[in-house]
Amino acid sequence: MKNKVFNYMKNSLFFGLILLINISCERELSDEATDATYPKTAEIFIDAPVDMGSDFYFPYGGSKPTAWSIDNQVSYKGSASMRFDVPNANDPEGNYAGAIFRVEGAGRNLTGYDALTFWAKASQGVNVGEFGFGEDFFPNKYITSITNVSVGTAWAKYIIPIPDASKLLQERGMFRYAAGTQGTNGLGYTLWIDELKFEKLGTILPLNASIMDGSNVTRSTFVGVTSNVTGVIATFNMPNGSNQSVSISPAYLNFVSSNPSVATVNDAGVVNPIAAGTAVITATYGNQAAIGSLTINCTGVYTHAPTPTLSPSNVISIFSDAYTNVPVEYYNGYWQPWQTTVSNDFSVNGDNVLNYTNFNFVGIEFDGPTVNASSMTHFHLDAYIPGPIASGRQLRVLVVDFGADGAFGGGDDTRHSTTFTATTPTPIVSQNWISIEIPFSAMPNLASRTNIAQIILEGGDNSILYVDNVYFHN
Amino acid sequence: MMLNKIQNSFLLSLCIVFLFNSCSSDEKQTVTTKTNLVMSEEFDTDGAPNSSLWSYNIGTGNNGWGNNELQYYTDRPENIKVENGMLKITARREQYMGEAFTSARILTKGKFETKYGRIEARIKLPLGKGLWPAFWMLGANSDTVIWPQCGEIDIMEYLGNSPTKVFGTVHGPGYSAGNAITKYYTLPNDRFDNDFHVFGIEWDENYINYYVDDVLYNQITPDDVTGEWVFNQPFYIILNMAVGGNFPGVPNSETDFPQEMLVDYVRVYQ
Repeated sequence: MKNKVFNYMKNSLFFGLILLINISCERELSDEATDATYPKTAEIFIDAPVDMGSDFYFPYGGSKPTAWSIDNQVSYKGSASMRFDVPNANDPEGNYAGAIFRVEGAGRNLTGYDALTFWAKASQGVNVGEFGFGEDFFPNKYITSITNVSVGTAWAKYIIPIPDASKLLQERGMFRYAAGTQGTNGLGYTLWIDELKFEKLGTILPLNASIMDGSNVTRSTFVGVTSNVTGVIATFNMPNGSNQSVSISPAYLNFVSSNPSVATVNDAGVVNPIAAGTAVITATYGNQAAIGSLTINCTGVYTHAPTPTLSPSNVISIFSDAYTNVPVEYYNGYWQPWQTTVSNDFSVNGDNVLNYTNFNFVGIEFDGPTVNASSMTHFHLDAYIPGPIASGRQLRVLVVDFGADGAFGGGDDTRHSTTFTATTPTPIVSQNWISIEIPFSAMPNLASRTNIAQIILEGGDNSILYVDNVYFHN
Repeated sequence: MMLNKIQNSFLLSLCIVFLFNSCSSDEKQTVTTKTNLVMSEEFDTDGAPNSSLWSYNIGTGNNGWGNNELQYYTDRPENIKVENGMLKITARREQYMGEAFTSARILTKGKFETKYGRIEARIKLPLGKGLWPAFWMLGANSDTVIWPQCGEIDIMEYLGNSPTKVFGTVHGPGYSAGNAITKYYTLPNDRFDNDFHVFGIEWDENYINYYVDDVLYNQITPDDVTGEWVFNQPFYIILNMAVGGNFPGVPNSETDFPQEMLVDYVRVYQ
């Protein structure tokens, strides 16, 4: 009986709402109806999924696929909420919870809204990695996320501003979330989300946007080597007066290249250098210039390293597209505290290149397992220095063997360093590939070559060094 | 069951009434009755505010104008000027006369004072924690009768970190500062820093009605105040933007300076 009364009241309320929409907004509705091709449904989950179709939950790879359920015991409003059981970090079925909610069919017209909102609480206070929308597997054109979101144990409303609703004419990515246990010592917890829907709040003020995380970034590159505008963030002043930063897809912004004959940029913020020169990529958000820029220094057409000609059976490869490489732990150990070298590796038409910038020294390590080069006779490496060679400049190549224990240290490690200068038989030169060949017979300090585990390059002057085709051969 | 039926029809009729109002844009809630324009400041002449109507308060007053406010008020065009049909009060973060911020405050004391009337202004408000713009009135006897006995009518006060809310308040003997008689109004589906809004009172013997745009949101009468009613006497008008102080707190790292308070007009009807 109680239930009946309740339902009856709800129906009346519903009736009132319908009237409200149909009558008070009559003119607006007919105006918008002309370009309304896709449904404008706002609700995603109220007491059940709303018009999402039957197949809409797509977990991220590596996440626990069963993390999401409908909880009929807990709700902020109505009879049910969505429940997310974030697994323990050691859960064999997945060490975090995360998924997209993608509406089945053509997508929704969200142009009439300015925010995705929901109510949430958790079984303990947590910072949830990401909440957002606009991810549809694929092209994920309009992803919008708030990150590191504090969720407490009491229901609270969360608002994710829509950066530019006019773009969302046919959006399928209704909701996305990723929740792990980094902040809970690997222990799982439960999140509840209710009343998940798009709204027209009218109380959110866009402040500004930035690209490249607000920095002016310069990149050296070659014709055909594309770069992406990243670190795109829009900031909004929220109804409560606080500022909220939102990570957004580049497609919400408009990009311009200062020199389209050097580099073009498309709607997705992909920069394509087409000739030598410099071009500055900037963006606008609404009518406002975005903070930050990406400067492309295109040095022209890339000169590939000489293609190796040895048969694979004569080679143990550390880094080369011509061979299958052995397992390598890293190509840059970022050894602290003295290393300045940063990796900005690139790929030109399928040719992968190690690009060490701000190079002073760098270590490559492959100790799982170590390399037994006893049947090999030489070490080979191609190096390219795009900048000028200063007087006295060296390039030192160290081959390191970890000894019988196969591990770093232990008193049995040996190494040999070979120095190259402008006057050695293989001279170091600028803007030409230097093919370095070092016979093991010329490495007397290397006591063993059955447990080789590191290549170290030294002698940099904080300029750029490209490296390719690193291998042992006979 | 009977009770429920009553409730339902009540709900339904509420909806219908609302529909009627929202559809007919010409018909607004009756918020004002006084229509005889007796003073109109449209801010149409570029430069300093009209000196026959406005004076400046300069400096920091006594203890930051009684509120620990952080700004130094000046009459420089950097802080106050009329431009493009607007009065522009600009709050700046700058070292000036020993203070960290500057702004402006003007008043009609001795130049325009009114007992009763409909007093309204059309204003666009700033954004940011610590900003405290106001459109308000003090009793014309404020030099001789100590506040709060002289009376204070705050037609509009706003905090820059609360962009959807304004306050309407009266202060008098026994009901001042933290004990003032106040009510806030929340703008539905919009913000005060986005566009201009009209803030006003309609004031007559023994009542003050508060409105924003076409919404009457409060009435204050002698029954509402916990002391003597001191509002049956002439008052003058003040426009200012304070920075910091007891009410708004200090600006924070997100407060973006300079910030502007734009006033399109001030009008008084009887």
